[in-house]
Amino acid sequence: MRNEEARTEPDTTPALAPATISHAVSRTPPSNDPLWVRVALTSLALLVMVVLVVIPVISVFYEALADGAGVYWRNLTADPDTRHSIMLTLTVAPIAVVFNIVFGIAAAWAITRFRFPGRTILVTAIDIPLSVSPVVAGLAFVLLFGLQGFFGPWLRAHGFEILFTLPALVIATTFVTLPFVARELIPVMEAIGPDEELAALSLGASGRQIFWRVTLPNIKWGLLYGVILCNARAMGEFGAVYVVSGRISGETCTMPLQVEVLFQDFNSPAAFALASVLTSLAAVTLLLKVWVEGKKKSTGDDAQTAETTLGAEI
Amino acid sequence: MSITAQNVTKQFGAFVALDNVSVECPAGQLVALLGPSGSGKTTLLRIIAGLEIPDSGTVLFKDDDITKHSARDRNVGFVFQHYALFRHMTVFENVAFGLRVRRAPQEKVRDRVMELLRLVRLEEKANRYPSELSGGQKQRIALIRALAPDPKVLLLDEPFGALDAKVRSELRSWLRRFHDELHVTSIFVTHDQEEAFEVADRVVVMNKGRIEQHGTPIEVFEHPATAFVMDFLGNVNKLPVRVEGGKALLGETGTVELPARLFGTSEDGRIDAYIRPHELDIARTADGGNCLIARVVHVNPAGSVVKVRLMAEDFGLMINVDLTPDRYRLLRLLSGDVVYVTPKTAKGFEPDYAI
Repeated sequence: MRNEEARTEPDTTPALAPATISHAVSRTPPSNDPLWVRVALTSLALLVMVVLVVIPVISVFYEALADGAGVYWRNLTADPDTRHSIMLTLTVAPIAVVFNIVFGIAAAWAITRFRFPGRTILVTAIDIPLSVSPVVAGLAFVLLFGLQGFFGPWLRAHGFEILFTLPALVIATTFVTLPFVARELIPVMEAIGPDEELAALSLGASGRQIFWRVTLPNIKWGLLYGVILCNARAMGEFGAVYVVSGRISGETCTMPLQVEVLFQDFNSPAAFALASVLTSLAAVTLLLKVWVEGKKKSTGDDAQTAETTLGAEI
Repeated sequence: MSITAQNVTKQFGAFVALDNVSVECPAGQLVALLGPSGSGKTTLLRIIAGLEIPDSGTVLFKDDDITKHSARDRNVGFVFQHYALFRHMTVFENVAFGLRVRRAPQEKVRDRVMELLRLVRLEEKANRYPSELSGGQKQRIALIRALAPDPKVLLLDEPFGALDAKVRSELRSWLRRFHDELHVTSIFVTHDQEEAFEVADRVVVMNKGRIEQHGTPIEVFEHPATAFVMDFLGNVNKLPVRVEGGKALLGETGTVELPARLFGTSEDGRIDAYIRPHELDIARTADGGNCLIARVVHVNPAGSVVKVRLMAEDFGLMINVDLTPDRYRLLRLLSGDVVYVTPKTAKGFEPDYAI
C-alpha cells in the first residue's frame, strides 16, 4: 500500500509541523512534565479504570462463581427460562444484524453514490437511533403496533401479533442498532470512491457482479467492524426491548431482561451467572473488534482516517 | 469504429458542463480533447463512455445510436485518471476481469492476459497487487485491463495526469506507438497542450462547455480560430489595439501599426492583438520605424531559446520575446538596455472572446 501511505503523508506532515514548532517555543516536550504530574495523571486514569470497570467486571464473575462451578452451571442451565433467554438473544441479535447489513449497505450505497433529494435528511435520520433514548423508541413501537396504535388493529385483524412477540424484539433491536453498519460504511465507501465500480461497469460487469466482486471485497473489513459493533449493541440492548417485550419469562425475555427478572426475584447467583455470560460475549466481541481493526489497518484502506474520526464520534 | 457526439448538452444544477457540443472521431484515430479544467472535456468523455447521461444529444458508434445503451453494453475501454485498479485483486485478476465477467474460458483468459502483460512488459508483476506498482506501471495495467475484452473504442481520462514529468513523457510516446500498433479508435482528455500535440492525430480545443476549434495539431497551432485557443496554446503577448480603417494601431493614441490579421472584425474599434514571443524581434536601432521602444527587464538565456522580458513604457505593457541564442549573442542584451521591438506578425480577434 505504498501509494496510500504516500498519499496520506502530506496530511500528517502539516499536522506534525505546528506541534514541533510549539514545542520549540515552549521548550517543554510532554515527556519533560514534572514527575508528580505524570504520576498523578496516570494514577487517576488507572484508579477510575479500576473502580469503574475492572472491579465491577471481576465482581460479576466472582459473584457468579461464588458457590463453585457446579452451581454456576446449574444456575445457567437448570432454569428453562434462563436457557430460553440465551437462545432468544442468540436469535434476535443475528436477525437484527442481518437487517442492519442490508440496510447499512443500501443506505451507504445510496448516500455515497447518488445525489438525490432528501439525501442530507437520510444522512441525519440514520443518526436518530443514537440520540433517541431506547425507551422512547420502545414506546414509539408500542404506539405503532399496540392495540390502539396505527398498525395494531389492522395487523390484529389479519392475524398478526407484533407486540410482546419475537418480531417486536427484532424490530426494537434493529431500530436501536440501525446506525452502526451504515455509519461504518459511509466513510469507507466515500473514501474508496465510485471509480472502481465504474471501471467494472465499463468492463461489462452486471450490477450483481460489481457488488460481489468489487464493492464487497473493498468494504468487507469496514462491514465486519460495523457488524461486530452492531452485534454487541444488539445483545446488550435493554431499554427498547424492555418496553416492547412485555417481559414474559420463557417467551420474550432476552438475556439482559432475564438478568433483571432474576435479580428482582432475589435470585442473585443466577442473575450474576447470566450476567457473566453476557460479559463474556462482550469480551469476545472486544477481541474480535481489535482483530478486525488490525486487519483494516493492514489492508490500509484510504478510509482509515475517516473511520477513526467516525469511531471517535460514536 | 468512428465515434460521433451530436449536439450534446449536459447541465449539473445551474452549471452548464456541455453546451450543444458536436465532436467526431474518425475510425482508427487518436483524438485529444484539450481544455482547461471545467471546460467539459471529461464530462464529454464520460458521456461517450456511458458513465454520464446527457440531457440532450446523441452518441453514435459508427452508425449505431448508443445514447440509451448502458456503459456495460457499449464495449468501451475506459482508463481513469487515478487508474481505478481493483485494489484487492492481483494484476492478473485486474486484467482478467473484463474477460471473466463475460465468462470466457479459463484457457483463453490466461492466454489473453499474459499476452497483454507481455505487450506492456509487466509479465513478472502478474501476481502483485496494484499497491506494489509504480504510477507508470499502474497506468499501463489500467490500459491493458481496458483493452482485454477487445473494446471497440478506447477512452482515456487524463491518463498521465497523476504521473511525474519524466514518466509522463515516456508514457506519452509509448501511447502513441501503442496506438499505431493497435489502431483502436481512441479519445483522450488532457489539459496539457504539449501532450495533446505530441500524441494526437486530431485535437479538439474546449472551453466553458463549447468547442473552440478542432483540427490537426498543426492546423490548430498555426491557425488558432479564437483568442482563447491562441492564449491557451502556449505563451502569447496580448496588446490593446485600436482598429482604424482596417489598420491595427497599437495603444490608445499611438501610430505604431501592427501587421495584424484581423479575425471576425474589420470595423473600427478596440480589440486585442496576440503575438507569440517568437514572432517579435529585438533590434538596437529603429530600422523599420514600425516598432515599440522598450526597456529590457530580465533575460533568461537558459534553454534552447533566450527568453527576454521587456517593459514598453509608452504603453505600460510587459512584453515577452523569444530570441535564438545566435541573435542574443549578436545583440548582447543587458537588463536596463533600451531597444526596439518589431512585431513580425500578429493576430486580432473579436473582443467577444474574453478570456
